[in-house]
Amino acid sequence: MTPDNRVSSAAAIAASDIRQPHGHYDEEGGASAQARVNAAVRSFVLDVGAVSALRLDSCVHCGMCADACPFYVATDDPRYTPIHKVEPLKQTYKREAGPFAPFFKLLGLKRKVTIEELHEWEELLFDSCTLCGRCSLICPMGIDITALIEDARHGMSEAGLVPKALYEKAYRQHRSGNVFGLSNEEITRRLAGIGQEHGIDIPIDRAGAEIMVCTTVEEMDAYPATVAAMVRVLEHVGANYTFCSQAVDASNYGYVGGSLAWEREGIVRIVEAAKRYGVRTVVMPEDAFAYVALRWEGTELYGKALPFEVKHISEFMQEELAAGRLRLKKGNGADGGAVVLHESSQLLRRGGVVGAPLDLLEAMGVAFKRPADHGAFAWCCGGGGGVLENERAQPLRYRVFEARMREIEATQADEIVTCCSVCRRTFDDGVDRFGWDKRIVGLTEMVAAHLAG
Amino acid sequence: MDLLSIARGPALKAALAIFFFGITWRLVTIFLLRHNWQLSFAREGRAGAWSGALKSVFTFRRPRLSRARRSSMEATADAAVAVGSRSWPHPPFVRRTLYGETIGYLYHIGLALVVIFGAPHILVLKSFFGVGWPALPTPIITIISVLTLALLFAALMRRLGSPVLRHLSNFDDYFSWSIVTLVFATGLMAHGHLGGPYQDVLAWHILSFDLLLAWFPFGKLMHAFFLTPSRAIAGYLLKRRGAPV
Repeated sequence: MTPDNRVSSAAAIAASDIRQPHGHYDEEGGASAQARVNAAVRSFVLDVGAVSALRLDSCVHCGMCADACPFYVATDDPRYTPIHKVEPLKQTYKREAGPFAPFFKLLGLKRKVTIEELHEWEELLFDSCTLCGRCSLICPMGIDITALIEDARHGMSEAGLVPKALYEKAYRQHRSGNVFGLSNEEITRRLAGIGQEHGIDIPIDRAGAEIMVCTTVEEMDAYPATVAAMVRVLEHVGANYTFCSQAVDASNYGYVGGSLAWEREGIVRIVEAAKRYGVRTVVMPEDAFAYVALRWEGTELYGKALPFEVKHISEFMQEELAAGRLRLKKGNGADGGAVVLHESSQLLRRGGVVGAPLDLLEAMGVAFKRPADHGAFAWCCGGGGGVLENERAQPLRYRVFEARMREIEATQADEIVTCCSVCRRTFDDGVDRFGWDKRIVGLTEMVAAHLAG
Repeated sequence: MDLLSIARGPALKAALAIFFFGITWRLVTIFLLRHNWQLSFAREGRAGAWSGALKSVFTFRRPRLSRARRSSMEATADAAVAVGSRSWPHPPFVRRTLYGETIGYLYHIGLALVVIFGAPHILVLKSFFGVGWPALPTPIITIISVLTLALLFAALMRRLGSPVLRHLSNFDDYFSWSIVTLVFATGLMAHGHLGGPYQDVLAWHILSFDLLLAWFPFGKLMHAFFLTPSRAIAGYLLKRRGAPV
């Protein structure tokens, strides 16, 4: 299956109207409708273990998850109720694998999902969910709806029903190891170029290193200063570290695109490189999805416990700060204006990295504000989970982004700091789209600018 | 055999058999599905993760994330919000969910009070278990019953009136509501000697209860059994990541 092989897109027709669900689907490969349905059903059934079954069976249809979802709140469209987004998974579970499956099947009480339903749910699962985890925090029954959405995405991926733009990125990463299709040599050259540009020496494939550092080709492209900032911080704390030419890029589009096989490939590439160098720690870039994929999904997909620790760069800096090795001077934001912290939903609610940006901002003496809903309840920027990559989701995504703009405007801040590069790209895109007069800063760059001595 | 004898005898026995077998079947078949063992190194450790499980089921306050950034006032306010982390919505969610949550709580409490403290129910339970307890005075039970019935209808109106709930609702939602309301309404009628001869109304009350028992394992009423394990697992898995519960 290749991305340019019979990819059909009806998205363009309906791109300007978010309320035309049937216009929003792409198909990859040339499988028949029946084959797609069968593939999805098989994946749904295989994915539902005891925990997912309990989640699916526990729902009392109270509807509270809608009130936590940025897409529902921005549109008031009941189709965006999070638990509704997993309906094909639920229907299949009840019909094929649930406690009363034979009963449901024989009496025809639960129909087999149809291709039309899968087409409709492609939009609900990929365009209107960023895996932000807010619904999982509100559910009174304790259902981790986000985890169910991940399960449902796996089935959609097996059926070749993934948004075209997202699929193509995941496919390129599958083929070449990164979304730009670059060779390892080219990535290494670009990394060295960033070093030259910023006047620093970036170690690559240094034997005996204790820490392996990763970035993403997208961060190298959009935010080379962040890569340089990571290196400056590592040098500052006296770390024995290296980039590894076999695994510079840590982004994982298999994770957000629903392909378990491709997600695993990305993880194995990093694990094997880290094992080869015998490192004790892998420091992940600001990309929160790369971190969560390796830190929490990685072990299950790799099949055994990882022989090293995985730390998000903000988490690494927080620990170095606590250990006294990271010494920061007091200062302001980049422009000296008011700063607001945007917390990454993925990092916070799915990754469990909760206090790092606060501790670091405090240590830098930066007077910062937080939006009205923050911490555990922070709203998502609207671009995570593959939504930013998904061009056809733009009209819907901007509805969510406008709500974030209003929330941030209320803080009267001029500068937005975030420690996730996906959030940062989403904000940068929003700044361009709306001509918004805000400056977006990465936390690692801010820390690097405040290094003492 | 008259209707009341059937309701109290074979119908009740059959309903209880379905109830116990169905619940056991549903719980066991779910438990026997594949288990994913967590291989990742837990941020919180096993004890921390278990504390997440307990917190999700039983406790009390909004997630505490930003250590050292909380004033004592905030901490006191947290402690005062003495409801389960999933037993009441976290403060930022309250505004949007208050109405539905309040109705839900009140009719569950009303149902529990009437079932546990209604004099005829205590007699029935005593005949089964040999233990009795004081009943609430009849006028109080009457008031609670009327209010609870009104709340059940308020819950239905909310389900019918909310676009989200209408979109989510299926046969199970309406059928389960109908049975619970039927049991409650016939009970109230028997209690107030309304709607015909007492024996007949009582028979219908017990028959509707039999129906509730028989339906219980198949529909959403099972949430009574799923609530604790579901919340505990969510709390455990999120807390081992260090994420808010």
